[in-house]
Amino acid sequence: MGHLHFELREGIIVSSKSLVEICFHGRGGQGAVTAANLLAAAALQDGNKGVQAFPLFGAERRGAPVRAFARISGDEIHLRSEIYNPDIVIVLDESIMDIVDVLKGVKDDGKILINTRKKPNDFEFSKKYHVATVDATSIALKYNILVGGMPVVNTPILGSVPKILDRVTLQSIQNVIQGKWSGKKELGERNVKATQDAFDQTEVNF
Amino acid sequence: MTVMMDTGNRIAAKAAVMAKPEVVAAYPITPQTTLVEAIAEYVARGEYTGEYICVESEHSAMCACIGASAAGSRTFTATSSHGLLLMHEMLHWAALARLPVVMCNINRVIGPGWNIWVDENDSISQRDTGWIQFYCSSNQEIFDTVIQAFKLAEHEKVVLPVMVNLNAFILSHTSMPAEIPDQHVVDEYLGKYVPKWKLDIDNPTTFGNIIGPVHYYKVRRAMQDAQLNAKKLIPQIAKEWSKLSGYFHGDLLEYYKCDGAEHILLSMGAIGAESKIAIDELQKAGQKIGLARVRVIRPFPTEEIIKLGKQADLVVIDRNISVGLEGALFTEVKAALYGESDAKATGFIAGLGGKDVTYKDIETMCRKSMKGKAKEQEWYGVEE
Repeated sequence: MGHLHFELREGIIVSSKSLVEICFHGRGGQGAVTAANLLAAAALQDGNKGVQAFPLFGAERRGAPVRAFARISGDEIHLRSEIYNPDIVIVLDESIMDIVDVLKGVKDDGKILINTRKKPNDFEFSKKYHVATVDATSIALKYNILVGGMPVVNTPILGSVPKILDRVTLQSIQNVIQGKWSGKKELGERNVKATQDAFDQTEVNF
Repeated sequence: MTVMMDTGNRIAAKAAVMAKPEVVAAYPITPQTTLVEAIAEYVARGEYTGEYICVESEHSAMCACIGASAAGSRTFTATSSHGLLLMHEMLHWAALARLPVVMCNINRVIGPGWNIWVDENDSISQRDTGWIQFYCSSNQEIFDTVIQAFKLAEHEKVVLPVMVNLNAFILSHTSMPAEIPDQHVVDEYLGKYVPKWKLDIDNPTTFGNIIGPVHYYKVRRAMQDAQLNAKKLIPQIAKEWSKLSGYFHGDLLEYYKCDGAEHILLSMGAIGAESKIAIDELQKAGQKIGLARVRVIRPFPTEEIIKLGKQADLVVIDRNISVGLEGALFTEVKAALYGESDAKATGFIAGLGGKDVTYKDIETMCRKSMKGKAKEQEWYGVEE
């Protein structure tokens, strides 16, 4: 994670101060931790005073299921414990759902964002939960966002988040992405375009 | 001023580099590694121009800091757990030699069983080395405390090493925003380190030579006096920094909603932050309980604890254990109260080995204690 230094955007007022807890599910190497960091940084730019991002503590192995977390609040966050009841679950790798219960602990009005070619209503649990889908893998391939030949979906899928959470704007997500890749401008721009595609292509069942 | 949204380790590295130590010597250990890697990045970018010595062990890291500090340099290092323990001999040395080394320690479990998560037994077991010890609860506090640590360590009435503790992962690897002041603010606050004495080839003197009982006794007494001076200076230094930075995290303790409290919770580190939510919830439910988060355990805030004991009964949570007795903070709190207050104190051990401690857990401990149902000392949340 590179340094994220920035001036806060002016004139932004966060309408809600309530706490939003987000859980990312992915596989080691897919950048779940980076995604959580970027999302929290974007939310901070949008005027949410309290933000936090952290990995599931411990060692990570490439390919193994991993989790990462973000908290967004209008006030300073004093919580230091893990997230047990997320408001939002973001699934970077659909195949995780065969081996990990990504719905575990999700709040009743929780939202599930999945990187998949399927539609929200294709998921059985869409009867109970708000589900959003986006084919972030195809978007990553389109913009040649690859690491070791594999598509990286962590930044593209962030473009879908403003569709399900009004506390963070696409503009801020794109700002922090540009900041992170300030040394590799062209790659940064491809990532920004990918978030725009994801935003436009997100489908929801609510 | 900019906002830095990053992990506790990287924010600690930022503070260390902004303090412009002439020498950093370090050896990597999980979960401290990303801190010293961040300093290496500053070196690579030309933003840190001091001497960065990659040594072969933590013992050597502390030795290098001792040598550099004795030569009159501002010095910094960072370690964790077994690394801190490997330094043990040299921790005593740095303090007895009166060298103002500043070190971040990432509180991590001691093995075996092998475990990289948080508890505070590593630094707690170094209480008698003569180092001043801070415990942080947020990334902003980490930044501000590292800066203040140099000021305190180098103060002519202190001249002792300072350890700034941050909990493994919960702080070291968690990104939270911290306001970073402009470099000139730090420069003006810290000034240049001007040692009263140093190794100097133009003015040859010896240090650490053989001394007899009479003088050694005086050396120990002078260390104690310096620690007691630090106790008076910590609030002053924190206040001065808050005027420049806008941030005040408490002095020896941070008091949270203690007015009118009949019980006061004492906790440290990340549990100290989570405790605020527990206090909010308990007060909402009509309970008269406040929080005193202990930021400094050496020097120990004896007078402040006595004051709390005169106001309320105390609940102490320790993320450490002095095996064969109880949690270290609990012991020291009771010692402070001796002969001064008949407040009831109950102590809980919680969160060893990195076991998560939620505000609900903290509420449960407080309620049990307030109902008078807790034994004098208890283990919380050990699964049978």
